[in-house]
Amino acid sequence: MVLSAADKNNIKAAWNAIGSHAGDHGAEALERMFHSFPTTKTYFSHFDLSHGSTQIKGHGKKVADALGNAVNHLDDIPTALSALSDLHAHELRVDPVNFRFLSHCLLVTLASHHPGEFTPAVHASLDKFFSTVSTVLTSKYR
Amino acid sequence: MVHFTAEEKAIITSLWGKVNVEEAGGEALGRLLVVYPWTQRFFDNFGNLSSASAIMGNPKVKAHGKKVLTSLGEAIKNMDDLKGTFAHLSELHCDRLHVDPENFKLLGNELVIVLAKYFGKEFTPQVQAAWQKMVAGVSIALAHKYH
Repeated sequence: MVLSAADKNNIKAAWNAIGSHAGDHGAEALERMFHSFPTTKTYFSHFDLSHGSTQIKGHGKKVADALGNAVNHLDDIPTALSALSDLHAHELRVDPVNFRFLSHCLLVTLASHHPGEFTPAVHASLDKFFSTVSTVLTSKYR
Repeated sequence: MVHFTAEEKAIITSLWGKVNVEEAGGEALGRLLVVYPWTQRFFDNFGNLSSASAIMGNPKVKAHGKKVLTSLGEAIKNMDDLKGTFAHLSELHCDRLHVDPENFKLLGNELVIVLAKYFGKEFTPQVQAAWQKMVAGVSIALAHKYH
């Protein structure tokens, strides 16, 4: 799977539209994931998972910042996310299925907050982007 | 077997009452074909699927999307027996249409995304969770008769 020039433009435009809301969207996506896919909570037994939790807000911002970094390096996401890839492989070891759950909830969050920008073409590009990031983060698992 | 609480049934039924089945069906199926282009393999006779706008404007896509969601509407009236409700359609999708059940999950998630787009803030995490159960239940029911 390759991000085309059109995909890259869509991704950058979408991220611009999201602007300073990225952190909030990250937190909301996590909350949605914990509700819809309760098995994902097993990785956060040390977190307060109640609505509005400071830990979820903080973690949502962390996820959003990493995605923002990837958006700024669309031509070489593996290098940009190399350290995070190591972290997921050697320490976090989150089962790969869970990246699809979070990616889906990110799309749901963006669709609900930015319906106008969330055209089918942009939706497709973002799905490819999250899929690419997920592949990079699980690339060193074995 | 997916079990719905009374609250989940209420959430699903209430939102469904506000859905424009024709519009949402076309949107969800269209997005499936745009986002996951390999799903077009089942629709060779649908005409022009060459671009996102061609797909979203294609009258056969819209008609088929409406058909699919109308069927879902029937299922919502029978949430306690999704397998029974979809038994015939399950056989059809296996024996005649030869559709990999993975595609039911993909379409289900596209529907959830379309609902989020339509309903915005109203589509809270709790509402989404109820709908994820719904689409998962439908996917399982549609795959149940596969052999």
